Parts: sequence; C-alpha cells; structure tokens
Amino acid sequence: MKIGVFVCHCGENIGKTVDCPRAAQESAKIPGVVISVDNKYTCSDPGQNMIKNAIKEYNLDGVVVASCSPHMHEKTFRKAVASVGMNPYMCEIANIREQCSWVHDDVEEATKKAIDLIRIAVEKVKRNFALTPIKVPVTKRALVIGGGISGIQSALDIANAGYEVVLVEKEPSIGGHMSQLSETFPTLDCSQCILTPRMVEVYQHPKIKLLTYSEVEKVEGFIGNFKVTIKKKPRYVDETKCTGCGLCTQKCPIKKAPNEFEQGMIKRTAIYVPFPQAVPNIPVIDNTVCTYFRTGKCQMCVKVCGKEAIDFNQKERFVVEEVGAIIVATGYSLYKIDKKPKDSPIKGYGEYGYGIYPDVIDGLQFERLASASGPTAGEIKRPSDKKEPKKVVFIQCVGSRDESKGFSYCSKICCMYTAKHAMLYKHKVHDGEAYVFYMDIRSGGKMYEEFVRRAIEEDDVKYIRGRVSRIYEDGGKYIVKGEDTIAGIPVEIDADMVVLATAIVAQNDSKKLAQTIGIPYDKYGFLNEVHPKLRPVESSTAGVYLAGACQAPRDIPESVAMASAAASKALVLFGSDMLEREPTIAKVNESTCAGCFYCQKVCAYNAIEKKEIKDRNGNFVKYVAYVNPGLCQGCGTCNATCPSKSVELIGYTDEQIFAEINALATL
Amino acid sequence: MYTIGYYPGCSLTGSAKEFDKSLRKICDLLGIKLVEIEDWNCCGATSAHATNHLLSVSLPLLNIKKAYKQGITKILAPCAACYNRLVTAQYELTKNNLVKKELSEFLENDYNSIKVINIIEFFQEIIKEGILDKKVVSLKGLKVACYYGCLLLRPKEIIDFDDSEQPSSMEEIIKITDATPVDWNYKIECCGASHSIAHKDIVVDLIGKILGDAQKHSADIMVVACPMCHSNLDMRQLELRKNEGYKSIPIIYLTELIGLSLGLSPEELGINLHFIESRSVFEKYFSKVEVQL
Repeated sequence: MKIGVFVCHCGENIGKTVDCPRAAQESAKIPGVVISVDNKYTCSDPGQNMIKNAIKEYNLDGVVVASCSPHMHEKTFRKAVASVGMNPYMCEIANIREQCSWVHDDVEEATKKAIDLIRIAVEKVKRNFALTPIKVPVTKRALVIGGGISGIQSALDIANAGYEVVLVEKEPSIGGHMSQLSETFPTLDCSQCILTPRMVEVYQHPKIKLLTYSEVEKVEGFIGNFKVTIKKKPRYVDETKCTGCGLCTQKCPIKKAPNEFEQGMIKRTAIYVPFPQAVPNIPVIDNTVCTYFRTGKCQMCVKVCGKEAIDFNQKERFVVEEVGAIIVATGYSLYKIDKKPKDSPIKGYGEYGYGIYPDVIDGLQFERLASASGPTAGEIKRPSDKKEPKKVVFIQCVGSRDESKGFSYCSKICCMYTAKHAMLYKHKVHDGEAYVFYMDIRSGGKMYEEFVRRAIEEDDVKYIRGRVSRIYEDGGKYIVKGEDTIAGIPVEIDADMVVLATAIVAQNDSKKLAQTIGIPYDKYGFLNEVHPKLRPVESSTAGVYLAGACQAPRDIPESVAMASAAASKALVLFGSDMLEREPTIAKVNESTCAGCFYCQKVCAYNAIEKKEIKDRNGNFVKYVAYVNPGLCQGCGTCNATCPSKSVELIGYTDEQIFAEINALATL
Repeated sequence: MYTIGYYPGCSLTGSAKEFDKSLRKICDLLGIKLVEIEDWNCCGATSAHATNHLLSVSLPLLNIKKAYKQGITKILAPCAACYNRLVTAQYELTKNNLVKKELSEFLENDYNSIKVINIIEFFQEIIKEGILDKKVVSLKGLKVACYYGCLLLRPKEIIDFDDSEQPSSMEEIIKITDATPVDWNYKIECCGASHSIAHKDIVVDLIGKILGDAQKHSADIMVVACPMCHSNLDMRQLELRKNEGYKSIPIIYLTELIGLSLGLSPEELGINLHFIESRSVFEKYFSKVEVQL
C-alpha cells in the first residue's frame, strides 16, 4: 500500500509550535509512506493540487492530511482526493492543530506528538476500505408545527415552491401571538392588517393542508421519510358543514368563560371563535364549561344551527401524515408572575402584586387594551374601573436577566415593545405621563434605536434606570417604589396602571414535543440549533428545522427570517430525489448477534430495529438487531455496548481502532 | 407529648421576655414540652457577621451542636434574628466548602438533620397536628395587621416557608382566633432595626410609615414575630405619640394573640409590659369575658 502524508503549517497556527518539516521527514520513515511533504496552507488551491498531483505521480492508495480538526476540512480533502479517482474514505485527517499545536507550547514535545498522531492516522488508512454513500428516497412534503407567524411563513414559502405542506396548530385558529398584538415596532403598522391576509392565504392555498386544534402525537422515521401521527382534538363542530355564521356563539347561554385571546380581561361563550378574524372561522365548544357536557341539557347551539353542524359525539381522531421534512415553529409563552410555581427554581414577583391588583397587567394584556379589536376598542382604560389612566408605569426585565427570581437570559423583545407601549399610550392619552423602569436599553436592529429615541424625545416618555422594589395600592393609586440609579435616589410614583414586561419563556409543552420529535432543548425548554452561528435553523436531527421563538426569544422580523431559512433548508432537501448519507454507520453481524437488544436501549436515534432470521425453509431461527441506515448517525454507542462484539461501526471498525492504539503502544 | 428543642436567645431573656413568657404559657396549656438547649450561647446576631464570617457561622452551629448532644432533633427559635442566623449557618455548611473545611474539626458531625423552625412554622405545625385546635375567647371583629419584617422571610434561597415578597402564613394562623387579618402594604418593610440606637430619627420615620399604613387599613392592633421589630414599633412609637392627634396602635407578639384566644390573661402573657397600652382595644372586644387588664 502506498500512502502519502501532507503536513500543513496552517500559517503560524501549526507551524509556530510544530516543526512541520521535521514531522514530514519523520513521517516518511513510517512503513507504507511513499511521499511525505509539508505545506504552508494545504487547504488552499495549490495545497490541494499538491495532493492530487502526488496521488497521480506516486499512484497512492491512501492519504493522510495532518492539519486542523476533521470538522473543519475533512470534507475538503476527501473531495480533493475523489476528484482524481481515489475513494474519499481513503483519506484521513491527523488533527495536529486543535489537538496539538493550539494546546501545547513546547515545540519539541508538540512535534513528537504530531508525528505520533500522523503515525496513528497512517495505520488507520492502511486498514481503510472504499465506502460509498447510502442513498435514501425523499418524500417531498413538509410538516410545519405551529401556526404563528413563523409557521405561516414557512408553510407559505414551501407551498409556493410547489410542495405540499401539512400545517398543525394546537389552538382552534392559526395566527399565534402576532394576532394578539396591536401595532408592531418599529413602524407602528397594525399587526392584524399585515398578518390576517397571510392567514387567509394559508387557508386557501391548494398545497397547504391545515389541521387546527391538533397536536403532534408521534414522530417515526428519518430525514426524507418521516411518519407523523397527529391528534385532532374534537371541536364538536363539523368543519365540513359549518359556514361560520356565528349564530351559535350569539345564542350560547354560557357567557362567563375567560377569553384566552383577550388574556382573560373579558369573558366568552362556551361555543366560541377565538377572535373575529380567526382562520378557520369555525367555532369550537369548550367542554369544560359547556352546559351540555356538564349536565346533559341545553343544546341551544344545536337548535339554532341551520346546518346541523354541532356534533357532541365527536371524539379525538388520529391522522398519519408522511413527510420528508419537519419545521418546528411552536413559539413562546409569557412568564406568568402571579403564582409561584411549585417545585420550580422561579421565585415569582410577589412584590409587584400581579394577579392581586387588577391594574397591574402584563405586556400582552396591554397589547389587547391598545388594540382596536380589543376589549376596549383600542381606548386605554384600566381594567378595574374602566377609567383612563393618567399615569402609567412600565417595568422592563420582569423575570428576564434576573438569576435570583427568574431567568438569566434577556427576553430581547421587551425593550422594543415597552417603548412601543409607552408611545401608543402617549398617542392615545395626550395628557398622560408614561414612565419606564429599565436596566439597559437593548435596541439592536434596523430603526430600533431610533424608535426608542423617538419615544423618549418626541413622545416624552420618562425613562428611569433602575429596578422597582415594590408596588402597592393606596387609595386607588398604585405606588411604585423604585430606584433611579443614575440620580442615585429612591423614586416613588403614584401610577394609575402598571405594565410588566414579563419574560419570554418556552411553551410549557416544548420539552415534551422535543422528546416526541427527538430533538434537543436547553435548560429553559427552548429548542436547540446544531450550531448557533453557522447552522441556526437546523436541529441536530437531520430533516428537522427550527423557526421563530421556539428556539429563543425572537421578534417578528427575526422569526420570519428564520422561518424562510428553515423553509429553504426543507426545499434544499426536496431538490433531490435521493438523499446521500454518510456510509459510516453501524452494521450488525447477524451470525453472532444474540438478540439481547442492549444496543436498542442505548441508541439515541431509535435506529435499531428487530429483525427476524429464518432458515431456508422459512422457519423462525432468532431475532437479531438491524440498523436502519436512514436513522443511524454513526455515533458508535451500540458498538461499545454490544456484549458479543456483533456491532461494528463501518469506517471505525475494531480492527482500525486497535491498529491506531497499537501504533502508539509499540513506540 | 409534643417535645421540641428551645433556643430563646438573648432577646427573649431581656427586652422580649414577654415573648418568652407567652410562649411558655401557651406550651404549658397545650402540653408542649420545650427543652431548652443547655448552656446556649449567643447566636452572633449582627455583630458576628459584621466582624468575621466564620465566627458568624460557628456561633449558631455551636448551639446546634449542643442541641445535638442533648438529643434534640428540632429547634424552635422564636427570635427572627436567631432563627435567621441558625438556618443561614446550616445553609453555609452545605453550600460553602470553605466553611465546611474550616469547621470540620470543631463540628465533628453534620448537623443539618436538625431542623430549625421559627415561631410561624411552630404554629403551623401544632395546628396541623391538632394540638392547637381549641379557642376559649373568640377575637371576632378584631382587625389585625400582621407584620413580618425582614429576617423571618429572607433570604429566599434559605428560607422558603412563605413567599418572601407577598407573605400570608401569619394571616392563616391568626384566623384560628377568629380575628380578621387586614390587607395592608407594609408587612415586610424595614423597621429600621438597630438604627434604633444610633439613628433614632430614621427608625421613627420608618415605623411612622408602617404604623400609618396599618391604621389607614383600619387595623386595631399589630401582630409581630420579631423582638427587634417589636421594640422599634412599640418603644419608638412613644416618639410619634408626641405629635398632636397621634392615635397609637398596640403592638403584640403572635404568641400573645394566640394566648389571649386560649383564655390566658394579658398579665399571664406579659401584654402589660409593653409601652403602648392595649387596654382600650381589648376592652372593646372582651366586654363579655372577664379579662383583667
């Protein structure tokens, strides 16, 4: 076997600590090595050409590049060797940068170690064999989970590219949090006006299958080939018969259920449409408050419905959809500070009296108060006595950036929406006073800083840098006690209303959903991307992408950008009929496999299946483990676990690994 | 018989001896045995942790060590400052490796199995166990402002029996006397603590706000669970009384209020030892019962 070794200086990165020419000279002495040279930048065009020429000139069978981490350039060099006809898996990387030059100072020792690392790689290459990528078919259809602005954007992008989309939303209507907002920063355009046309577009799109009031129950399969079970919760209204006339909701005698869309500030009926612009405009019966479900009587909605659309016998239904890609766009929820959750590290904010004082509200409640379609038709009136508040205090960072009581992260959008709230308030109540308590103002974004300055300079919103320690009621006023840390004095404001910018938190079921799909999440429940910079919309499970605030606090422009990015990732996948996957996966030796299935227990990707072995007469012999090549990520856990050594990781066989260890041990 | 270790601390033998007296009376009446820690020493209070961190941890732990040797498994520390120091020392022992290392030789043992409780937790417990279930005198109509102060509820990392910012446990306890807890705003505001000695004016200003808010919310009486708070609110109220038209409000200990409802006389409970007399308040509510004021 003829092997070539190419030692890279990586400029000074390696060259400063490792004596590369000496490493190359020493490597030339390793049996099997026919050429060994060093180069300033091997990844550059001339560097790659040197390898290609050497392969041709010396008729090489294998190549070792001693350079940076294989994460960095393994693909580059494998591509280079493949271009001159060598199988790419005959090229190995000896990592002498991250694992040598960057972590050592002593040139002598580092050079010795680099030579050892090269020796190891050479021994491995000697035992390498040609591999070909695995090909799997792609189902060109996407599932989008979550019908907020992110999910809507992803679904529309994919559908407009001509592929089918299944859009699943757990609420009765799509629209998400954006449909609750009044105006949006930094342009103050009406949220509903820009969102509702998109919602209708989704509903009418021939390529989008909309499943509202539904939840993802089970996800099986792998990239290009997912099988998803979706639970359709019973609406008790036949979607095919209902015309959305609204008679049932008018006549329903139960009118005391808290209206979720209006953040509990007004009541709704038992049969209801979440909001007038809901898509689909089909009511749903809340069976926890409906008289018929509680007592078996009433049926007023049945009586008034001319289309016989009410169906009390509806049950949960399960539908199975086959898709090639999944986009998770499940959004966020708002930290409720009124109740201290049991067994939680969160300590609550009892000092702010939220949940005790009716006029201490959160950001979303203010959005509804300011919204033209809200409970006050857009007039700012405080919830307790419906009077116009003349002095409003806004408090930022309630739960955010507060390790002792809430979360250490920044919720990102609150600085902007608080400026917007204060501005909207001043636009509606001209003689009113608006105060904002802040820690820092974080207004990075196009026209964002200008927007905050406008609130301060043009709309005379008074910004006070400091925290609020207590709010209490005194004669119909809310006394807000805080600190002005710039002036260094305590402040007391007798406000009529207080708005708390509470933290953005992960949806309470986000961890469960992540487990169902098999994607990682952080300690807060936000879903994790593979790489925070270079792969921000991909989860670590191939074929599953992330969009919007399910990944971290995000504003609308970012969510939309992420959603389009996730859609484009799915479209890249749909661009080819067959999918190429790394051949370095686990393989079971069926003759020695005892069928203990320890491998199945340890596999993180559900890639191990049970396979029946029959003799030539068709009689059952035994069960053995089978590795699904579409799911296996080649992590090697099964390989290490197997008691009978019946699993091998192709490309990293025991023989290859032992040869590497021997190369070190025999020194 | 319900038995519990007892750490009175210095206040309960001096300025707050009525706290001690009323607690012992209640316990006698309910058949609760208080086992005083033998040869207990100073908890260190403010002075120790202003002087030396290790000292502030080792003084309380020395008390717990003494209790351990006596076979005590649970300690009642009625004084809020003592309670705070004792539980803080235990916390430091688990969280602070440096403290643990320094004190390992002296400690000989891990004393975190010994539970230290405050007076509120004590009442919660005896109510839950059915030991405190009777009342002789109904205090119906008596409007009570429950004042917690700072030391009982903080820091929340260590003390977690109630919401440190919106507490309600004392209110729950006084309900068994039929008295009405009032909703007010200053239950956890600072009383000025030891500024009482060097900066009397600060304390008078602070307690003026506290007492004013209680009265604004029509409280007849204020119930406290801390000797420091009591002395500031009771004794320094004399300064406020110099203002014309000032209406004073009696400050009593939680134990005294419970004692009254159990039929004990104000004298037995030491209520007559306070600066602000409570005769007028109690006369109004106890006309039917023979109470010697």
